Amino acid sequence: MNTKQTLVVIGNGMVGQHFLAKLVETAAKDQFHIVTFCEEPRAAYDRVHLSEYFTGKTAEDLSLVESGFFEQHGIEIHLGDRAASIDRQQKQVTSAKGVVIGYDKLVLATGSYPFVPPVPGHDRAQCLVYRTIEDLEAIKAAAEKSKIGTVVGGGLLGLEAAKALTDLGLETHVVEFAPRLMAVQLDDGGGAMLRQKIQALGVKVHLNKNTSLIDDGAHCLHKMNFADGEVLETDLILFSAGIRPRDDIARASGLEVGPRGGIVIDNQCKTSDPDIYAIGECALWNGQIFGLVAPGYSMARTVAADLTGTEASFTGADMSTKLKLMGVDVASIGDAHARTQGALVYTYQNGSSEIYKRLVVSQNKKQLLGAVLVGDASGYGTLLQYCLNGIELPENPDSLILPQRHDESVGLGPDALPASAQICSCHDVSKGQVCGAIEAGCTTMGQLKAETKAATGCGGCAALLKSVLDCELIKLGVEVSTDICEHFPHTRQDLYNLIMVEQIKTFDELLDKHGRGLGCEVCKQAVGSILASYWNDYILEKPHIGLQDTNDTYLANMQKDGTYSVVPRVTGGEITPDGLIALGQVAKKYGLYTKITGGQRVDLFGARVEQLPLIWQELIEAGFESGHAYGKSLRTVKSCVGSTWCRFGVDDSVGLAIELENRYKGLRAPHKIKFAVSGCTRECAEAQGKDIGVIATENGWNLYVCGNGGMKPRHADLFATNLDKATLIKYIDRVLIFYVRTAARLQRTSVWMENMEGGLDYLKAVILEDRLGLAAELEQQMQHVIDTYQCEWKTTLQDAQKLKRFRHFVNSDQADDNVVFVEERGQIRPANAEERKHFKLIEEAA
Amino acid sequence: MSTWIDVCHIDDLQPDSGVCALVQGRQVAIFYLPRLHAVYAIGNYDPFSEANVLSRGMVGDLAGQPMLASPMYKQHFNLQTGICFEDANVSVPAYPARIENDRVAIQMPE
Ligand SMILES: Cc1cc2nc3c(=O)[nH]c(=O)nc-3n(C[C@H](O)[C@H](O)[C@H](O)COP(=O)(O)OP(=O)(O)OC[C@H]3O[C@@H](n4cnc5c(N)ncnc54)[C@H](O)[C@@H]3O)c2cc1C
Ligand code: FES
Repeated sequence: MNTKQTLVVIGNGMVGQHFLAKLVETAAKDQFHIVTFCEEPRAAYDRVHLSEYFTGKTAEDLSLVESGFFEQHGIEIHLGDRAASIDRQQKQVTSAKGVVIGYDKLVLATGSYPFVPPVPGHDRAQCLVYRTIEDLEAIKAAAEKSKIGTVVGGGLLGLEAAKALTDLGLETHVVEFAPRLMAVQLDDGGGAMLRQKIQALGVKVHLNKNTSLIDDGAHCLHKMNFADGEVLETDLILFSAGIRPRDDIARASGLEVGPRGGIVIDNQCKTSDPDIYAIGECALWNGQIFGLVAPGYSMARTVAADLTGTEASFTGADMSTKLKLMGVDVASIGDAHARTQGALVYTYQNGSSEIYKRLVVSQNKKQLLGAVLVGDASGYGTLLQYCLNGIELPENPDSLILPQRHDESVGLGPDALPASAQICSCHDVSKGQVCGAIEAGCTTMGQLKAETKAATGCGGCAALLKSVLDCELIKLGVEVSTDICEHFPHTRQDLYNLIMVEQIKTFDELLDKHGRGLGCEVCKQAVGSILASYWNDYILEKPHIGLQDTNDTYLANMQKDGTYSVVPRVTGGEITPDGLIALGQVAKKYGLYTKITGGQRVDLFGARVEQLPLIWQELIEAGFESGHAYGKSLRTVKSCVGSTWCRFGVDDSVGLAIELENRYKGLRAPHKIKFAVSGCTRECAEAQGKDIGVIATENGWNLYVCGNGGMKPRHADLFATNLDKATLIKYIDRVLIFYVRTAARLQRTSVWMENMEGGLDYLKAVILEDRLGLAAELEQQMQHVIDTYQCEWKTTLQDAQKLKRFRHFVNSDQADDNVVFVEERGQIRPANAEERKHFKLIEEAA
Repeated sequence: MSTWIDVCHIDDLQPDSGVCALVQGRQVAIFYLPRLHAVYAIGNYDPFSEANVLSRGMVGDLAGQPMLASPMYKQHFNLQTGICFEDANVSVPAYPARIENDRVAIQMPE
């Protein structure tokens, strides 16, 4: 007998989905059969990062739903079906497609819709809004036919939309009704500074403008007529004039709504009907609508708890925000407008560096009530904590916004925060929880994020989280020794600098000058790699041989039985029939096991050490060269077939992949490096899972960096867009050498990025804006590596001395009798211990 | 008393690295550490991976003890005693070794 109650959730947006995810973690999942209506054609996606859809992210990338989520939890989802009405007497919901579902409990998570002012002409073609993926597709299509674009509304969203329009190549205008930008969050001073900065970026800002009519333009599609008599011609209009709660079905079913809209809820997020909840942007709490995701998540958690009988309440939310608008840091905390009785205001303005800061403090100067930061929001974390936790201010509160002399820091150390302090508002993670996770063994940002979810929402709390982590680790006495090993009191990066500055050429020289003892496999390999990437000498030169791991020493990959595998380079995965035949012939002649690798080449297994030179002699004669599969170095540049053959390709990905692979082959690095190039945004080469990924767009190449597949997948970061080939290569040169110089030992680019102070923004500053003045040097160093490339196998085969090492015994030509193969699926494989014994018996008997 | 068995010329060795020799039917890994003016000989068979590969590992020291790191799973063995640093219950045979008149020789148990 089915005793489950039915829970219906209307709306599968950010908050609706968060609710489902929270609910299935609780006992309620066994109590309810869950049904959800999702009006959009796809399940929930990350609206907060919607704009990234324009810079290369796909709908799948933005998805908030783990694959298989609905099936796994038995949730019935009606995609593309809108709940059209609620019958509260019958307790049932009827959808636009005619589905009728009875409910015991109902949750409304219908979000909001963009408000379009009822100006005559607002419904003309190419008058659009910015909320869903479909909206963005429409904007993209319209932008292709447009030169000028105008955003109506200079709030947070409007400015984000303006950024999108400039990125789409349009001359962009922002028209605002109020006398300043971001009127809700900023005061006049902050608004003015923001305007100045945004205008400097080429966006034209029109304040105090009330649009009265939109009609045909003379040069453009539209002409906007303003109440003050001025006009503006534009091809595309984007309305971003605020949001309105979607309370239509609630209203029609007789639920209480606010005078200006919004479904009225109490502290348990219950509507006027106790069996119906409302959460997210459609809900009105205490006369307030919350247009941010964090309060919505908090409501979702409240309802999930309430349904399982756990006490919980929603008691308002902090609306502080920090964001980067068109590259300008903007933050607003608490009572930014100093509306509190008796509030005092401190303002700091630096015209030349375009920084504006304002503090609002209580009458007794002890509490921080609010703040506005424009141009430099680095103090956001500290100020927010003062404000949220009521921490007493220093004697001179203005010291918090005045520029610091020297390095003296007035930042609140994480120690000053109480355990209850909320570090991440998106996922409601407190300092206490973070500390708990650290005590339980999390020692890196990556682990901490995975464990607590902190910093995985909007990301605004990452810097604070990192400082808590560092502080706690020190307290726990986890001495974060950065020495590479017992032989050098230095990090890999220190060693790199020593080698560079003192022009050191061998391990012995470095050990004499800066180390002790004999070294070990840790420091030797690290130094071997540094020497190889800096000098690019032949790695099997006498002073370097002992620094190489066995794979490098034998220029092949050791397998579990002590035999090796051989991987010739197949640039870009492109191979001729003759090449394939040659590989096949070599494999057949030496009885090797063959397998296609994930990097689009062929791996030949089961070669004995003494066979390696013979195999390579034949491969080189057939035109192959070393694939460096054995080295911590550039491996492969994977590509899809691209515009040459593919119906959808927009550029020649194979050609570029081959060019890149030939350019960087042989580059030694702290760890292996993988590239991929995709010929269009369908991304068949999976470039976003690679250290360096390149994706063709209509307007050039998009560059992604620091992705990873494998054990700890990391989605690559979009680094620069619409590049021509020369610029693309220049940036890749710089990123790679910067990585080679600064990464820790055996650190992949993904971890390097996660640990980089300042993160992606810092890397961009170094590479794109040349903040360190290093760009030319980085490029030169790469050029040296390229100029001194050699196929290590070709060099080895020409040197009789070196070839002597490719024998199993120095004093005999016999082979290792412990290597035994058996056949499986028509090829060899290493015998297991049992099989090996058996084989020996037969041999001895014979 | 066991005798010294001649194995190879010193030029056959790799400074700061290893080679494998076949001595009386056994595989012996021989390492030459010029900084210590020393040669060491241990069994070539890696008890962890069950493969004859120790001669292809990297050498150095751990807390002043000459050591070899297995190329397969990176356990360390003391070059003088053959005992594994990570697990003292595991060891490989260690053989006396010397260089005389540019020839490398080792002793085998009877
Ligand atoms: C471009 C952009 C940038 C943003 N940036 C930020 C930011 O930086 N920080 C921040 O905190 N917030 C930001 N926001 C706001 C944030 O996205 C919202 O607060 C959040 O999405 C609200 O979640 P929700 O579930 O309430 O609404 P939504 O995410 O809008 O979800 C509601 C869903 O319900 C569906 N629906 C409605 N009615 C029905 C029905 N009758 N039947 C079935 N389905 C229905 C809708 O189609 C929609 O899919 C941004 C929003 C946008 C558009
Ligand atoms: S505050 Fe948004 S991720 Fe932490």
